[in-house]
Amino acid sequence: MMEGLKRGSAAIVGVAESDLGQVADGLSVFDLMAQGVGRALDDCGLKLKDVDALFSATTQSRMSVLGLAEYLGINPPYLGSTIVGGSSFEYHVAHAMGAIALGLCNVAVIAYGSTQRSVGRKQASVREINPYESPFRPFLPASAYALAASRHMHQFGTTREQLAAVAVAAREWALLNPKAWEKKPLTIDGVLSSRMVSYPFTVRDCCLVTDGGGAIVVTSAERAKSLRKPAAYVLGCGQSTTHANISSMPDLTVTGALTSGKAAYQMARLGAADVDAVELYDAFTINTILFLEDLGFCKKGEGGAFVSGGRIAPKGSLAVNTNGGGLSYCHPGMYGLFLLIEAVRQLRGECGARQVKDCEVALAHGNGGVLSSQATVILGTQATL
Amino acid sequence: MPSNQDAPLKTYQDHLARNELAYQFSREAGRAVFYPRVLCPFTGSDQLEWRVSKGLGTVYATTVVHPADGKPFNVALIDCDEGFRLMSRVEDIAPEQVRIGQRVRFRVHRAEGDEDPYPVFAPVENA
Repeated sequence: MMEGLKRGSAAIVGVAESDLGQVADGLSVFDLMAQGVGRALDDCGLKLKDVDALFSATTQSRMSVLGLAEYLGINPPYLGSTIVGGSSFEYHVAHAMGAIALGLCNVAVIAYGSTQRSVGRKQASVREINPYESPFRPFLPASAYALAASRHMHQFGTTREQLAAVAVAAREWALLNPKAWEKKPLTIDGVLSSRMVSYPFTVRDCCLVTDGGGAIVVTSAERAKSLRKPAAYVLGCGQSTTHANISSMPDLTVTGALTSGKAAYQMARLGAADVDAVELYDAFTINTILFLEDLGFCKKGEGGAFVSGGRIAPKGSLAVNTNGGGLSYCHPGMYGLFLLIEAVRQLRGECGARQVKDCEVALAHGNGGVLSSQATVILGTQATL
Repeated sequence: MPSNQDAPLKTYQDHLARNELAYQFSREAGRAVFYPRVLCPFTGSDQLEWRVSKGLGTVYATTVVHPADGKPFNVALIDCDEGFRLMSRVEDIAPEQVRIGQRVRFRVHRAEGDEDPYPVFAPVENA
């Protein structure tokens, strides 16, 4: 049997966003990554010279980690550029943890940047032709998720109103987050009556298109003790890839989160009931429902009812996507890093009006591609070790 | 010695040019493989045989794309009776009338310009 990663052996000690939303004209993805790196190092009190592992992923540079190392003027012996879409950064955390455990590095920085709003989605991400899908002109990624939603509605009776409840809850959280892009309230009717994109999704069922980036700093539990702020220990990690293209997804109502979640819970020796703050990659409203089910917060098929009636909104029974999510806070292309940033801040108690009370365990679940690559990271405070 | 292998996509498209929807079958796995490839994703075997579908299937999932300019159109996933799934669209009815569970029959969408032929479907009662 594989020994695997050791619960609590590494921690996220520094987190920061770059500028978000619509960034200043001419800023590059490396400018945004570097903003994040500088701020995240400052957050924990480490210096660039301490960094001996660098991870990055972006759609706007083919060898981004080289560009970033050059920009920062560092030559770290360990580089990682796993790119599996929005969950890349949850993979990076596990990979950094493994490298730290093996003694290959001690201070890993994971960075992201995107200027997709400024340069346009077409410029930010090269369209790949798939001869078995492209002729049918699916509006990707939205149509792939819409197909999954159609299945969920068919099999479990999930409604458009229930999907809309996810967007409304995200908006209510966003209104408590000064950094959120969206500043105005949203109603169920407001979601349903917006411009249709790919049925059953209107534009309000779909994530934002913003610029943004950030960075996090991962180090050993040992080193984490002496740093500026309370560490967020990595208690569990899990990854699962079920397909790349939606036409190859085995069952459109069951995601790899089932497998990645199980692995993460097992490593953390925790279950869904132990999680205080849940940060899920909400590229589309169906995501939140699928991941709540697959990560064990409710039964398969019951996600629609679970998210209704303000249950995942502020003052609801479960704190989900407390920063406002990709639907209302920011979504610069590959959102996974922001889930980790918010999870760490919740554990530290830094979240002001949106702070989850007595937050000891936070779960960040990244999604990449079209429900393709799933990665779960469970973080906890010192008390959970 | 193995000779240079034809591209699976080319073989697939040659079948479409003859009004046939082709797929592969893995004898070792006892199941259909789609999209066509050089290695069986169930067994790792390179022994994949080409078969021609009867062209009947069931709508597995469906969406209506609303482009910023132009008319709404259907995109669907179809489960063919031989046990493989593919992306396609259902024609001959309004895109929002396409239903999960609906029985559909394959036909070839003919090439326009540089386009390669591709498979589309229509409701069985209209076919």
